[in-house]
Amino acid sequence: MYEGVIQNLIDELGRLPGVGPKGAQRIAFHLLAADPDDARKLAAALLEVTERVKFCRTCGNVAEADQCRICLDPRRDPSIICVVEEPKDVAAVEKIREYRGRYHVLGGAISPIDGIGPEELRIKELMTRLADGTVTELILATDPNLEGEATATYLARLIKPTGVRVTRPASGLPVGGDLEYADEVTLGRAFEGRRLLDV
Amino acid sequence: MSVRCGTMGNMQLYRDDGVVLRTQKLGEADRIITVLARKTGRVRAVAKGVRRTKSRFGGRLEPFTHVDLMLHQGRSLDVITQAEVIRSYGAPLTADYPRYTVGVAMLETAERFTPEDKEPALRQFLLLVGGLRALAEAGHDPRLVLDAYLLRSLSVAGYAPALEECARCGTSGRLPAFAIPSGGMVCASCRPPGAASPGSGTVSLMGALLRGDWDNADQSDRRHQVECSGLVAAYLQWHLEHSIRSLRHVERV
Repeated sequence: MYEGVIQNLIDELGRLPGVGPKGAQRIAFHLLAADPDDARKLAAALLEVTERVKFCRTCGNVAEADQCRICLDPRRDPSIICVVEEPKDVAAVEKIREYRGRYHVLGGAISPIDGIGPEELRIKELMTRLADGTVTELILATDPNLEGEATATYLARLIKPTGVRVTRPASGLPVGGDLEYADEVTLGRAFEGRRLLDV
Repeated sequence: MSVRCGTMGNMQLYRDDGVVLRTQKLGEADRIITVLARKTGRVRAVAKGVRRTKSRFGGRLEPFTHVDLMLHQGRSLDVITQAEVIRSYGAPLTADYPRYTVGVAMLETAERFTPEDKEPALRQFLLLVGGLRALAEAGHDPRLVLDAYLLRSLSVAGYAPALEECARCGTSGRLPAFAIPSGGMVCASCRPPGAASPGSGTVSLMGALLRGDWDNADQSDRRHQVECSGLVAAYLQWHLEHSIRSLRHVERV
C-alpha cells in the first residue's frame, strides 16, 4: 500500500503480538510524526534488549548477566522457591511485595495436545536445585487453568519423595467481584479452600 | 441443525451443549474455544475476555468441561455469549496425571474425527462424554478406557478393525496377523509383509474393548494391554492419516 521503508516498518510492527494491520499503520505514522530522538531511543532499546537480555542460568528468569537480580540478591530466602510458567509471572508475584523467596521459571506448562511434555520444560534444572537440601518449600504457582493444574500435579508427584513441602496458591473468588457471577468451578474451589475466620 | 433461539439485530443466536476440546489464546484477553457440541458438531467460537480474572466465564470454558452454551453466529467464528457448566471433568483428571494425559489424547482424537466445522457428529459426542465420565470415575485402568474410546471412535467413523474374519478375504478361520493398512486381522494367505503377530489375548482384549465387555478387559494381562495399546495407536493414526501428538505423552499407570 505504502512505498518502501514505511511499508516495511508497518509490516514489521504488524508481526508483533496483538498488533493488527491498522494498529501497525497507526504506530508507524505516530513514529514518523514524533521527535526523531524518540524513534532513536526506541530503536536503541530494541537493539539493547536483543543483545543484552538472556535467561538466568539458575532460575530461567530474564537477566542481563548470567544470573538474574533475584538469584544474586543475598536477602532473598533460598529455602523457598516459587515455580512459575513464564518470566512475566515472576513480575506478577513480585508486585505483591510480600514474597521473599526465589523463583524457578519452567518456560511453559505441560500441554500434550501442543506436543509439550515434561521434558520440554525446565524440570530437570528444578530437580538439580532441590538436590542439595537447601530448599524446604516449593510453591507451585503455575496458571490456575487446565495445563497449569496438570503441571502442578506432575511436579508434586515428582517432588514428593524428596520430602520438600509442596504448596499451591489458593484459588477462588477474585477480590472486588460479585458472588452471583462466580462460575461453579471457581466457587467450588473457593468453598473447598475456605478458612476459619478467627476474630 | 441446532436450536435457534432468536435474533439479536441480524445475528443468529443458537443454544447447544458440548465438551470443550481445546482453547487457544486470541489477542489480549480472548480465547478461541473448540467445542464438540451435541447438535452442531465441532464449533470454534470466541470467548471474549475469558482470560481476565474477573471474566464472567471464569473456569467454565476450560477443556474437559461439558457446558451449555449460548452462541451467536459471527462472520468467521461464532461468539460465546453465555456458558453454564453441566459437568466438569477437569478437576478429577488434573489431580491424577496419567488420567489427564489419557483425557487429552481423547480430546485430540475427538477433534481429529470431526474435521469439518458444524457437521453434526452426535455419536462422536456421546462417545466422548461417556469416555470422559468413565475416565473421571476411575473405575478402570485409564489406558484401557483410552483404547476402548479410540476403538469405538474408529468404529463410529467406519474404521472398526476386523477381528473375527480376515479383513481382506473375509474368511473366518485362523487369523495369525494384524495388518493395519488392510483393516485388521488377516489370514495366512492374505498376510502382507510387515504385519504384526499379536497374541490371542491381545485380539480378545481388542474385541472386549470394542464391545464394552469390561469384565474381560479389566482382567486382561498387562502384556496384552501394552500390545493392544501399541496396535490401536498405530491403527488409529494410519486411518486418520494424522498423528495424535498427545498419545506420545500418555502415561501408563
